[in-house]
Amino acid sequence: MKACVIVFPGSNCDHDAQHALSEVAGFQADFVWHAETDLDGYDLIMIPGGFSYGDHLRSGAVARFAAAMGPVQEAARRGTPILGVCNGFQVLLEAGLLPGAMLRNAGLEFRHDWVGLRTERTDTIFTSACEPGQLLRMPIAHGDGNYYADPETIAELEGEGRVLFRYCDEAGETTPEANPNGSINNIAGITNERGNVLGMMPHPERASEMILGGDDGAQIWRSLVAHLEAVPVG
Amino acid sequence: MNNYRVKVTVRLQPEVVDPVGATVEASLHSLGFEGVSGARVGKVVEFALAAGSLAEAEKDAAAMSEQLLANPVIEDHEIEVTEAVTRAPA
Amino acid sequence: MADMTPAAIDDAILRAISLNRTEYARITDLMGRPPSEVELGIFGALWSEHCGYKHSRPHLRTMPTQSEAILVAAGEENAGAVDIGDGLAVVFKIESHNHPSAVEPFQSAATGVGGIIRDIFTMGARPIALFDSLRFGPLDKPRNRYLANGIIGGVGFYGNCVGIPTVGGEVVVDESYEGNPLVNAMCVGLLPHDRLTSATATGTGNPLILVGADTGRDGVHGATFASVEDPEASTRGVVQVGNPFLEKLLIEACLELLETDAVVGMQDLGAAGLTSSAVEAAGRGGAGVKLNIDKVSRRTANLTPYEVMLSESQERMLVVATRGREAEVIALFDRWGLHSDIIGEVTDDGHVTVLDEGNQVARIPIEFLIDAPEYELPVVRPDYLDRVQALDLAQVPESDDLAATLLELLAAPNIASKYCVYRTYDQTVGTNTVSGPGSDAAVLRIKGTKRAIAIATDGNGRHVFLNPRGGGARAVAEAARNVVCTGAEPIAITNCLNFGSPTEPAVYYQFAEAVAGISEACERLGTPVTGGNVSFYNEANNRQIHPTPVIGMLGVLEDINNRSDSAFKDTDDVIALIGPLESDLDGSEYLKLIHGIEAGAPGIDLDLEARVQAACLAGIRSGVVRSAHDVADGGLAVAVAESAIAGGIGATLDIDAADGRRDALLFGESASRIVVSTAPDRLADLERMCGENGASLTIIGRVGGARIALLPGVEVALEEADGAWQYGLADALASQNGRG
Repeated sequence: MKACVIVFPGSNCDHDAQHALSEVAGFQADFVWHAETDLDGYDLIMIPGGFSYGDHLRSGAVARFAAAMGPVQEAARRGTPILGVCNGFQVLLEAGLLPGAMLRNAGLEFRHDWVGLRTERTDTIFTSACEPGQLLRMPIAHGDGNYYADPETIAELEGEGRVLFRYCDEAGETTPEANPNGSINNIAGITNERGNVLGMMPHPERASEMILGGDDGAQIWRSLVAHLEAVPVG
Repeated sequence: MNNYRVKVTVRLQPEVVDPVGATVEASLHSLGFEGVSGARVGKVVEFALAAGSLAEAEKDAAAMSEQLLANPVIEDHEIEVTEAVTRAPA
Repeated sequence: MADMTPAAIDDAILRAISLNRTEYARITDLMGRPPSEVELGIFGALWSEHCGYKHSRPHLRTMPTQSEAILVAAGEENAGAVDIGDGLAVVFKIESHNHPSAVEPFQSAATGVGGIIRDIFTMGARPIALFDSLRFGPLDKPRNRYLANGIIGGVGFYGNCVGIPTVGGEVVVDESYEGNPLVNAMCVGLLPHDRLTSATATGTGNPLILVGADTGRDGVHGATFASVEDPEASTRGVVQVGNPFLEKLLIEACLELLETDAVVGMQDLGAAGLTSSAVEAAGRGGAGVKLNIDKVSRRTANLTPYEVMLSESQERMLVVATRGREAEVIALFDRWGLHSDIIGEVTDDGHVTVLDEGNQVARIPIEFLIDAPEYELPVVRPDYLDRVQALDLAQVPESDDLAATLLELLAAPNIASKYCVYRTYDQTVGTNTVSGPGSDAAVLRIKGTKRAIAIATDGNGRHVFLNPRGGGARAVAEAARNVVCTGAEPIAITNCLNFGSPTEPAVYYQFAEAVAGISEACERLGTPVTGGNVSFYNEANNRQIHPTPVIGMLGVLEDINNRSDSAFKDTDDVIALIGPLESDLDGSEYLKLIHGIEAGAPGIDLDLEARVQAACLAGIRSGVVRSAHDVADGGLAVAVAESAIAGGIGATLDIDAADGRRDALLFGESASRIVVSTAPDRLADLERMCGENGASLTIIGRVGGARIALLPGVEVALEEADGAWQYGLADALASQNGRG
């Protein structure tokens, strides 16, 4: 299985993503420079975290015009799994591959923390390895992770079960205290309608090995591997 | 071609929570400026633009704002275009 | 042009470049003529305290700098390099950005971080961790809170954007830092031995390529600014603004470039910009340089040659390329979206020659510039020491509610959890962080090996103020002890020496003695000095800061699986103290916070320290020790409480003050002590290991329950202790209105 990690100027979780995909998940994971236009042959496209283009103007706003984003759009239409983490999620929002936008964290501060996530669905290509309602722990590290969409869009996301992860406390409750950034409905990760594009603020690549304090993030890699092994690649 | 000054003001939409504006307002209150209300913090993008006419410059600025400068999901924008004093070489 | 003869030179000109009349006369003697304005600016920058170490060199020279692990020794390059095994090396360095941060805290703290990162990747190392050692004035004053929040915001902003985790550091509050906060940033980088790169300019005709930001008027006089007293009285015009996005591109592009052989050397532009960068690189290479400064890309119109030579615009690097490979180098930078210009070449004449549109504006032999004047002043013990060292405990009543005292100490900004600060730092990017901030030392795994490194920063200004030599030695010992508590063997230090004005005899004594103390401890503990930075003139409102050497300690864990942390683990584990149970109260946080007294002469027995550290290391490596935590600020009681809070489990002590004082037993900060816990059936092994290493071991209690019971009648609920410790600093930093 082949995965690629798109590298924009200012991406800084690209090496971490490549490490987790290759050393933990078992992918052949390549870096793909933002100026590339050929993404054929990749079974998974990852848009990593960081501060693409310095996050100037708005997080992810400039990255969406990169040459590589054209083929990313095409791959999304073809049903290729695409995972955007942190800044990668922001890029997917700006690119219109996912609905909504990110505001500044409610506390105005950049926040790093290990947060609890409740898995809302397990019948997806990203979460099939999880138990229903499973609590996952992963780090967040962002200043603009306050998910916002208008009420109709939120109703649509909730109605269609497209919220995959919510911030929660140790008991699995999605309380305001467990919400690190003010996101509507404690939303931490959402998919597109078709279910092949996931954007999430927490970092599964940083929670893939026990030596780093937890390996819950590896559940996402396991789910993706199971999906890719089950379907004919191409 | 004429030279124009373009100023695009980008603000969060009124219904979107503005945590920066709320903090500024609270801070102004605690400094004694108790009459302050409705503080919103936005940004201003300014640039020079060469265009054939004022209408054309305004059209370009609107397209730029929609495509890049503002995010229509959360932000509004206002465009001001003024004619620059000096003329660009033809 | 102004009359530049020694007799006529204007005082205001000399003041602006921080040279005195004698130094000016020396310049005219050396040159055999009055210098041009550009030449004078170059002399001023390189003879400044910041670049020339005029007052510190005679003492710095006495520090131990060699061991088997040292690959690049102090002073040879931008930072030292240390072998950590498996063909890998660590490059690390700490540097100050104090004075600018007193004026514009956010941007200055941010650019301080940017500068130290460049020192590391210049060496060919990938930066993998940042530390910020910060000192602020009391947080009940709005101005100090404004500076503290700005500085914390700035260091976090830069590290977060550039994608290097901030994994440790310190936050210390004391009146002596009022108006002159300290911002010391440390960067740690990793590289294979064969990738070590020199900041050298050699090979006549090799082109000099300047890459990164365009040059503006930023920080002209910045290097001399760092040597000017009372920064708040100066202007804001000299403050630089950092661009971490550009820095990130420079890191990636430069590291990629160093994989080719198109580069001879690389040097970052820091204090005194192009001037010190070009001169130092040529000095190392024993060569000369010719600079065509009209080729330097400008951000600002009408820059004079003087300003271009001294600009401290951030995020710029000077690359010495191999002749004929220029196009390749420039193309690589282009791919990263970085602008670069060929601005000169290496020469064989031993001079720095500056041309502007072909006109020579400066030409100086490099040896004159790198040989700054040295001032070795008499070291005379100041009178204040007798006064402060005479601690008469008979005049200090013991608190009648020691449980309340414990809670008060736990909530004190210097002891309370720093979580509210470090949660604004990205601590896990890079996926190497095994233990992050809040640990005795940060632990980072080294991918592809079984190894890890442990790093801590430490420095206690009050201790050094009270006992300069003992306090200096204690800073090294405590930093080493912190590293040992993770299971790592300390191998080298970097240091940032923050002091007041060296022309004050008391300050000069503090400096000389602290350096001697640091040297003694480094010798005894086998941790040579790999480099660092001296920051003098830290004073405000006619008050000198407490002398504050900050030590950055590097340790190595050969097997990451044999590590420890500070958290108590299981009910009924035995709590024991390696090192003496008895303690004095000299220089303690308890005396300061509860009684408002700064007194005593905190010292250290370095032989005892070495034995205690060896015993603790043996215990951790063999798996006998289940938790280890250094006894420091707040003494034994606070150390036990912190281990209990970290483990979420209480502790009951069984100790006795005998005929001594109970407050000294609980809150005394005598050095060379580590609180450990062990399973009851491994206690005998631990006793044997301590015996073999000549360290005493005292059983002091048991882990368990939901209370921290220190002495009969002196106990607090774990939850209450946790609450005091969690929110003490957060409450003090809150309220952020205005600039004070």
